[in-house]
Amino acid sequence: MSDHLLSVRDLSVSFDTRKGLVEAVRGVSFNLGREKLGIVGESGSGKSQTGRALLRLTPPPGRVTASTMTFDGIDLLAASDRQLRDLRGGRISMVMQDPKYSLNPVMTVGRQISEAYRAHAKASKAVAKAKSLEMLEAVRIRDPERVYRAYPHEVSGGMGQRIMIAMMLITDPDLLIADEPTSALDVTVQLQVLAILDDLVTTRGLGLIFISHDLNLVASFCDRILVMYGGQVMEELAAAELHQAQHPYTKGLLNCLPQIDARHAALPVLTRDPAWLL
Amino acid sequence: MIDIQDLNVTFSTGADLVHAVKNVSCRITAGESFGLVGESGSGKSTVLRALCGLATDWSGRVSIDGEALEPTARRSDSFYKTVQMVFQDPYGSLHPRHTVNRILSEPIAIQGLDKPGPRVEEALEQVGLGHGFRFRFPHQLSGGQRQRVAIARALILKPKILLLDEPTSALDVSVQAEVLNLLMRLREELSLTFVLVSHDLAVVSHICDRIAVMRNGEVVEEVTADELARGEPGQRYTRQLLVASRGYDREAIDQFEDFG
Repeated sequence: MSDHLLSVRDLSVSFDTRKGLVEAVRGVSFNLGREKLGIVGESGSGKSQTGRALLRLTPPPGRVTASTMTFDGIDLLAASDRQLRDLRGGRISMVMQDPKYSLNPVMTVGRQISEAYRAHAKASKAVAKAKSLEMLEAVRIRDPERVYRAYPHEVSGGMGQRIMIAMMLITDPDLLIADEPTSALDVTVQLQVLAILDDLVTTRGLGLIFISHDLNLVASFCDRILVMYGGQVMEELAAAELHQAQHPYTKGLLNCLPQIDARHAALPVLTRDPAWLL
Repeated sequence: MIDIQDLNVTFSTGADLVHAVKNVSCRITAGESFGLVGESGSGKSTVLRALCGLATDWSGRVSIDGEALEPTARRSDSFYKTVQMVFQDPYGSLHPRHTVNRILSEPIAIQGLDKPGPRVEEALEQVGLGHGFRFRFPHQLSGGQRQRVAIARALILKPKILLLDEPTSALDVSVQAEVLNLLMRLREELSLTFVLVSHDLAVVSHICDRIAVMRNGEVVEEVTADELARGEPGQRYTRQLLVASRGYDREAIDQFEDFG
């Protein structure tokens, strides 16, 4: 067990609503080493709530339970607020979907990145600036000085997301949770951003949890995949073996995608079986 | 059916002038399914908006079903009986406080047609929603069901042409498959002409026979879906889009060019 960076057993997230108890995540278990793990599912499958629960970011009426949820020996469920504050953004970082909403619109990019660094490391402003510029260069931003002074609305979506990645990796975390980090981007930009993320994750030896609705993308990007549906893990498999998937849900998701090189008159439609959720 | 010659569309805000569509020409015959594909900002949606009268600052010659269009003149009632549009976001395009019945009855009332009841029932039937949905509000429907309502609203005037602006990109893939199947079936049954705009090469090549690839307001090339299936588009830009649509490939990404 101790060789895993992250270990999760029977994670459940539930919300008390007017219509009764909604179980967003139901008994999810997985281990993560220094590898790229993909969590795939459609909307409402609980993939994002799983990612948030790991950082104890589940919004208030939500309740998180698990028999084990440890990160590098630290029990995340028992951690104090102070411990969590050090972990969040320090050793575990999270990249959200849309840079338009996750960057502060009235603060320059540089100030935001430096702030993230200084929140976790005792460093002077000058050191933080040097470190930020270095990080902007690492995410392949051509003119770091200019971008450092720019406001978020002055950069493109792809650059915004690279800035987010720079901000999240500047504290040298051990684990990065990326929730649909590239879904708002054009395909080619999306792949270029992923390539940067891939290189950084590989050279720094990070663990990565990549949450996405795009099965093909996750399969080609990650080492291992969890397929989620209705808050449960339907299937766990190595990315390379996706095409030998056993579970009807995984197969259904794969088949209902239109193919460029094999045109069909009608796409197979996914039929959901209530028995999957028993 | 649709004839576009040298279409140019501009947007001006203050001193800035954005040339969103540059010299686009294409001819779409009746019953054909034509696709416009491109990345964000390529002008693909703007072409559709100029066709249906939502973008008025354009020049060039456009005629639909024999009727020549003017940029700013109000379109005739018969135009809207010929051409209808389906928008991307089924959450934003349906009035949240109108029932499905009221949403679908509105085009009938505007056109002054008789028998609204049976027409609404028929349109719901066509898109595979039973009459149980007729008096529901949009918030009581899933994303896929909302998009079916939006398609029903477009079909209720029995148009010849459907303009589809990213009709499935807000939907989950399994729901996308259902909506794509529905669109294919309707095109067959009602002999519709489609103009589909999407950023997703796989979706466009599934629905359309002929595809115009756009970048920076210009048409880069026109390809057939079969040429795409064989993986042999003429332009490097299209080939790059094709490679990108296949998923993550670390080596291929280093070869990507910046087409600006």
